[in-house]
Amino acid sequence: MFEVTEKPLSVAEAVSAVSKRTCGALATFTGVVREFSRGKQVSYLEYEAYPEMAIAKMRQIEQEIRDKWEIEQILIHHRIGHLEIGEASVVIAVSAPHRRQALEACAYAIERLKQIVPVWKKEVSSDGSFWIGMGS
Amino acid sequence: MQVQVKLFAAARDIVGQGEVSLQLTEGSTVGDLMEHFFTRYPQLKAMAGSLLLAVNREFAERTVKLQEGDEVGVIPPVSGGGHV
Repeated sequence: MFEVTEKPLSVAEAVSAVSKRTCGALATFTGVVREFSRGKQVSYLEYEAYPEMAIAKMRQIEQEIRDKWEIEQILIHHRIGHLEIGEASVVIAVSAPHRRQALEACAYAIERLKQIVPVWKKEVSSDGSFWIGMGS
Repeated sequence: MQVQVKLFAAARDIVGQGEVSLQLTEGSTVGDLMEHFFTRYPQLKAMAGSLLLAVNREFAERTVKLQEGDEVGVIPPVSGGGHV
């Protein structure tokens, strides 16, 4: 359910992986590479991870979520390597008996991912490349 | 004792490699290890305030004592933020 991969991400596969007959709700979040960032036109992004720690922190997020909401399954897939504009960098899917748990847990997962999962992106544009940090 | 240091993103660019093996005196802390890098790489010292450190894949304070074989991660602020 937790992966750091160089392969393209599939929302459809994520949804089918978390689906259960007992669930009335499936929430997904997809992060995509944006063409403009901080006023600059982006050519592409390079994502890098500390994979072993990233997976450990994703497990921690699952535990935090299970302490707060009743969910069935959660999946987090993060892509690394070279990504073009419009490609998905992260996919989160949550299944739960009811919509409120699924939606809130999914929103919590992406916020926590940004805080504690060690993944970095380098924006490459016509005037150079920059590592993007928290709060930027 | 020997520890393995993993550097990422901007920290790796500054040091020029992603993995460094270091020999430290017994009782050295995470902070001592970082001082080793800061004296050699002033650019890294400039971002000292924003660096997070991990020992064996768990976030750690600079006062934590290192053990033989520990893996230390040097973690610049992670990706994303307000716009994402």
